[in-house]
Amino acid sequence: MNPPDAILTQSPGLPRSPDGDPVFPEPWNAEAFAMTVHLHAKGLFTWSEWAAALSAELHKPGRAENGSDYFDCWVAALSGLLTTKGVTDADAILALQHSWQRAAEATPHGQPIERANDPLV
Amino acid sequence: MTHDHDDHDHDHDHDNRYTDMQARVKALETVLTEKGLLDPAAIDAIVEAYETRIGPRNGAHVVARAWTDPAFADWLKRDATAAIASLGYAGRQGEHMRAVFNTPDTHNLVVCTLCSCYPWSVLGLPPVWYKAPAYRSRAVIDPRGVLAEFGVTLPADKKIRVWDSTAELRYLVIPERPPGANGLSEADLAKLVSRDSMIGASIAGAPT
Repeated sequence: MNPPDAILTQSPGLPRSPDGDPVFPEPWNAEAFAMTVHLHAKGLFTWSEWAAALSAELHKPGRAENGSDYFDCWVAALSGLLTTKGVTDADAILALQHSWQRAAEATPHGQPIERANDPLV
Repeated sequence: MTHDHDDHDHDHDHDNRYTDMQARVKALETVLTEKGLLDPAAIDAIVEAYETRIGPRNGAHVVARAWTDPAFADWLKRDATAAIASLGYAGRQGEHMRAVFNTPDTHNLVVCTLCSCYPWSVLGLPPVWYKAPAYRSRAVIDPRGVLAEFGVTLPADKKIRVWDSTAELRYLVIPERPPGANGLSEADLAKLVSRDSMIGASIAGAPT
């Protein structure tokens, strides 16, 4: 696949390999990145909208000095953009987040974590 | 065939808890999928496209160094965690690494039967098949058959050792150096080392 140049160039501070490819410290970082690439490619938001959303999160006070919360900011930016676009709202995201956490804890070892495992679903 | 399951009492609890951020990402995926804006397979494809090009380069560097530097190979055998960290690839969750060396007598294959523990620091993200229940169960029961499906046919008298990863201990397969690769630089050797060969699902390629 071609690199999603817009996302790469408009995501300041994105951890990069020496070749300029993104580097993901944890799996969910890559999933968040991939979702953003995918939604941008589908036209849900433009590169400038993404850049503004990410930049706003990155410049909020209280960030980790070592940049370890970079993808936390990324996810916050994506959540905010989806809210702005009317796809969802903060309460719905939080409710689903808690649902997934309950599902994870209720899932027996060795089985895939499904949201249907949330006792409250 | 030998199975190494001495770590089977290990604690996989970490896999059944989501941090706030892990759960948040799952929440966004759920919202977007329900609205028809996201195809989970497309996300896997994007992740895979990046990770096959990035993460495994670290492991290939480790393997190429082991092929060219006997002292490093020896260190890797004795203390893989430290030897790998010396190249700058340290695990972020404090997990230990063990390097298992393929030899003319023995082929090594890595699995995580209980979930999908994987050596992130040297191989990036696990391929989709590594996380699939079919691989997780069959790699132990029928490793030779699984390898055949990957296109790897081993001599009948070659032993296959299956290593079950844990939260605390991750395995890196050091493939056999391909014949005809003498005189190549470490960087050129690293290009012969595929991700799958470092899981044991493939063998290192011959130079072209």
